[in-house]
Amino acid sequence: MPVIRIDGQDYEVKEGDNLLQACLGLGLDLPYFCWHPAMGSIGACRQCAVVQYQNAEDQRGRLVMSCMTPVSDGAIFSLAGDKAATFRQAIIESLMTNHPHDCPVCAEGGECHLQDMTVMVGHRDRHYRGLKRTHRNQNLGPLIQHEMNRCIACYRCTRYYRDYAGGTDLAAMAAHNHVYFGRHEDGVLESEFAGNLVEVCPTGVFTDKPLQQEYTRKWDLQSAPSLCTGCAVGCNTLAGERYGKLKRIHNRYNSEVNGYFLCDRGRFGASFVNHKQRLDWAGRRSANGRFDAIDSDQALQHLAAACQRGGLAGIGSPRASVEANFLLRTLVGADNYSPGFSAAEQPLVELALSLQQQTRALIPSIKQIESADAVFILGEDVTNTAPRIALALRQSVRNIAYTMAAQLRLLPWQDAAVRNLAQEQRNPLFIAALADTRLDDVAAATLHLAPADIARLGHAVAARIRTARAHSPATLSPNKVSPNKVPPNEVMDEALQQQADTIASALLDAKRPLLLSGTGCGSAAVMAAAADIAAALGSPAAATVTKGNVNNSDSDSDSDAENSSTTASKVDSDAAGPAVMLCLAVPEANSLGQALLTGPSAPTLEALTVRAVGGEIQTLLVLENDLYRRGPAADIERLLQHVAEIIVIDSLDNPTLSASTLALPAASFAESEGTLVSMEGRAQRHFPVFLPAKERRASWQWLLACLQAISHPRTTDLQHFDDVTNACASDIAALANITKAAPDHLFRNAGLAKVPRQPHRYSGRTAMGANVSVHEPKQAADEDSALAFSMEGVNQFQPGALLPFVWAPGWNSNQSLHKFQTEVGGPLKGGTAGAKLLQQTGAADDHAAPLSPSAFKPVTGQWLLVPRYKIFGSEELSAHSPAIAQLLLPAYLEITAADAERLQVDEGDGVQVMDSASGATLATLEVRINDTMADGCAGYSVGHSAHQGSIFNLVAGTGVALQKADPWQRRTQSAPGADLIATDSPTNSNTAAPGGPNHV
Amino acid sequence: MFKSLRSQLTTLWTILQHSFTRAETVQYPEQKPYLAPRYRGRIVLTKDPDGDERCVACNLCAVACPVDCIALQQGVREDGRWYPQFFRINFSRCIMCGLCEEACPTNAIQLTPDFEMCEYDRQNMVYEKEHLQIDGTGKYHQYNFYRVAGLAISGKDKGQAEHEAQPIDVKSLLP
Ligand code: SF4
Ligand code: SF4
Ligand code: SF4
Ligand code: SF4
Ligand code: FES
Repeated sequence: MPVIRIDGQDYEVKEGDNLLQACLGLGLDLPYFCWHPAMGSIGACRQCAVVQYQNAEDQRGRLVMSCMTPVSDGAIFSLAGDKAATFRQAIIESLMTNHPHDCPVCAEGGECHLQDMTVMVGHRDRHYRGLKRTHRNQNLGPLIQHEMNRCIACYRCTRYYRDYAGGTDLAAMAAHNHVYFGRHEDGVLESEFAGNLVEVCPTGVFTDKPLQQEYTRKWDLQSAPSLCTGCAVGCNTLAGERYGKLKRIHNRYNSEVNGYFLCDRGRFGASFVNHKQRLDWAGRRSANGRFDAIDSDQALQHLAAACQRGGLAGIGSPRASVEANFLLRTLVGADNYSPGFSAAEQPLVELALSLQQQTRALIPSIKQIESADAVFILGEDVTNTAPRIALALRQSVRNIAYTMAAQLRLLPWQDAAVRNLAQEQRNPLFIAALADTRLDDVAAATLHLAPADIARLGHAVAARIRTARAHSPATLSPNKVSPNKVPPNEVMDEALQQQADTIASALLDAKRPLLLSGTGCGSAAVMAAAADIAAALGSPAAATVTKGNVNNSDSDSDSDAENSSTTASKVDSDAAGPAVMLCLAVPEANSLGQALLTGPSAPTLEALTVRAVGGEIQTLLVLENDLYRRGPAADIERLLQHVAEIIVIDSLDNPTLSASTLALPAASFAESEGTLVSMEGRAQRHFPVFLPAKERRASWQWLLACLQAISHPRTTDLQHFDDVTNACASDIAALANITKAAPDHLFRNAGLAKVPRQPHRYSGRTAMGANVSVHEPKQAADEDSALAFSMEGVNQFQPGALLPFVWAPGWNSNQSLHKFQTEVGGPLKGGTAGAKLLQQTGAADDHAAPLSPSAFKPVTGQWLLVPRYKIFGSEELSAHSPAIAQLLLPAYLEITAADAERLQVDEGDGVQVMDSASGATLATLEVRINDTMADGCAGYSVGHSAHQGSIFNLVAGTGVALQKADPWQRRTQSAPGADLIATDSPTNSNTAAPGGPNHV
Repeated sequence: MFKSLRSQLTTLWTILQHSFTRAETVQYPEQKPYLAPRYRGRIVLTKDPDGDERCVACNLCAVACPVDCIALQQGVREDGRWYPQFFRINFSRCIMCGLCEEACPTNAIQLTPDFEMCEYDRQNMVYEKEHLQIDGTGKYHQYNFYRVAGLAISGKDKGQAEHEAQPIDVKSLLP
């Protein structure tokens, strides 16, 4: 390790780092703007200047940009040196010449990196007396606010948006001090990851629009470590509350999961917590069919009484916590407990789990996905089902650039150089999907196939890999299994065979091939095919390499081999053999947890319906689950009609709640504690950010209270949330590790104090509740976690799972994160949050490969229904967030232009979807013409609200007939968010024309 | 001993002298004492010279307050101005230190020469925005934050604040 001298002191630093990284890692304060830990350096802002001396005799030294200077043994630097300090001050002053007098009305104020850096360099007095250059803002849609005057032209936004996230509609325009960062015209930013601009931009140019409508400064937010419930990726979030409202979601750094970035569903999709249709009181349906509000004691009595009557069954939820589901299962008994998946989804999720348990391949974290050097996606539109993974895949295709750079001894953080070197060269990414996906632009090849054909292609690839392996002299018969074949009576067409060859050879050449699939195309065969390729690729040698990962410990064994700093990690350094990765996406935040909890033989919704119809079920308990989203309305109604008492615990009003006889108000994820299991089997904990209002209670609290009221033997000694977690861990072997997801309520930071939810400058404590009573109540105690509803405590060095906000002296912005990391871009000092649960046996890899399905043959006049997901709209709760609701479209059906012509419909017309067996109309949807749809398939927008009928009447894989809907009212086409007025769109007539007089 | 006797006599003499000076006692409350305009008493929210609410709900007063007795919530008006949806001062906690006034970037919050805030019920010491807002400019007559700020509001477009050039046309090819 090189030793460098900074201001007379010697420090040991990491080889290959740049000086800025090294200094921040050492805890030194050095101002910077354009460098970003995930994006490397470009040396644009000149803020990070330091003095470098030639040798010990050199007294003058020269200015260098620390972010562009690699550390080398014996180098001598000075941060405090006069020359550098003056230079840095001058840079800030020049950046500030055009800066508006905006801080009080800027939604960045108080967590502004520009403010922090200005204070850090000591710039105070403005010498510039000229006019300030101004810009017009753009309306970038309902999510992001644009205030261009505050820009300091660091280029972080475009580097993030274009280079990192692959967006195309944000760019730098104009020249010199006119430079402008925006779109070519007003409009919603297209990228699904645009929200990260809020955190990437070091100033207040891009801010959180919903937040700034009812703004709260960072110092006033009560925050807790939370999780995104938007999908199964399980991104870690920081949720902030003020005055009983969830104000915003920020990224919570987790080096193995989301790193520095979230998707927009996660960032903007949580404000359903503030929805006015949240349930506040328990309600009991009276004789006249209306709901009477009852207090929680009465509700509990009713609940306990119903649970003692017998004929009890329960439906859990893949969006509720492990603990709540466990308690419900305990209450009703395992045989009477359905995990709450739809009938179609349950076998898929169970398969996803068993494939992961039985493969030898590594189940990758997002960070490991970023390290993949060849990717084959089978059927999953990840940008819309597990968005954060799509962002990781965009990084994975760039690994070739780092390999090339390493050959030229270029360091990975030299961002511009590395990008220039590789130009358009990418690692191979193959996509076999139902239609176009948002990753097509970086794919080596995209194929649009029906699910059965995707599976066949997958098996064909596996067969080729096996053949290649069998004939390669280097490998000694890697697999005991005979190569599987496409059923002999059918031949794959030529083009497809060629593709299979290309894909197989790319995967064979790769050191870290990744197979990605999931439940997203509604087909078990597709997932099995992905697992089959993984099995074919996984030679015994590879299996030993990945052994460390197979028995997942908390720390990922790659991090030794890999340099954990984000960019440097991309250089492949393992020589031992391929590390095959298999990633299977599941639908919801706790889908995998449900599969682990119940195992494969749990009753499905259909099985419960049969029993209900048979009169076996008198009382049905539904936990945080809108059953009408789980199957055709008729089926759900049949279940509910045959049950006398329907008890529903949920947070937001929905049709199932309306059908209940007893409704209990549940606390949302932001008001309760819970463990969720992400798609890679990582158990993670979310903590209450604020106390639930009114009579809302966490679901686990309702259920525990009920269990205790009926003196259930399993729960006599359960008291705290942690007791429930422990009980669950000891009862369910597969969940034994959930206790390690986060420290329990007895944890004290530094052995002393709880972790505070409020920053030490939290204001207004003696006034916020004074309108109710001037006598301030005692701070609420939190008996269930190691966090406190208070500003007192220690927010330093605690385990990553307990980090409620990041702040360090002099660093008010989120850039203070480096003070919490072991090294820049590395794990948190207190350890990475979460515990991995999956125990892999590797059994499947030795079994005979599954037979591939027969080819899909389109039938004229009949279409195969395939699911199409949207980041906004397919997920239940996020669709209720006001900002996202503005971007939602009504349900649609995607068909090819040829099909549209056959049906005589145009884009925007209505189409009736009918069951081709029974002829019954299932739903009426809007037509979207998408020529990339696989032949004979019609894609329906999952989760969207349909014009008529319910989108949930449509089940993936069924054959339907289509017919033009008549009459049909066409939607007036207006761009989403178009009715929103940009903050500075000219509202008065005396406004100067664009360009203004100074351009004449 | 002689020394202490002398001290005692001096004291008596001094006190006797006081019998002939004017009494400092004021017949409060009939008679009001003079309080300088900068006296730190009851807090008000003022308006700008154009008669619009000055407070932009920046929260700086609240965070400066050592006893945390100011609470407010920002909102955005139709015309683009930030304003406090509610603004509450718990005067039963306020120590009249004036730090909020010092922190205020818009001169909105000001302390006034009024200290007569006795109440039988402590609850009455909680002032809401309607109790705090006055119609005038208070001590500072000229300052209007939006005339200097870069944020555009209706009636003041980009380029119309003090020291601002006209907005750039980014699509222009001129240098
Ligand atoms: S970007 Fe920062 S410095 Fe600029 S107005 Fe906003 S808070 Fe102030
Ligand atoms: S908009 Fe923000 S991120 Fe982009 S260049 Fe300006 S200051 Fe940097
Ligand atoms: S929706 Fe999924 S990918 Fe997006 S932030 Fe949430 S967990 Fe992450
Ligand atoms: S500091 Fe001034 S402008 Fe800011 S909230 Fe307080 S009174 Fe309003
Ligand atoms: S951070 Fe080094 S030049 Fe910008």
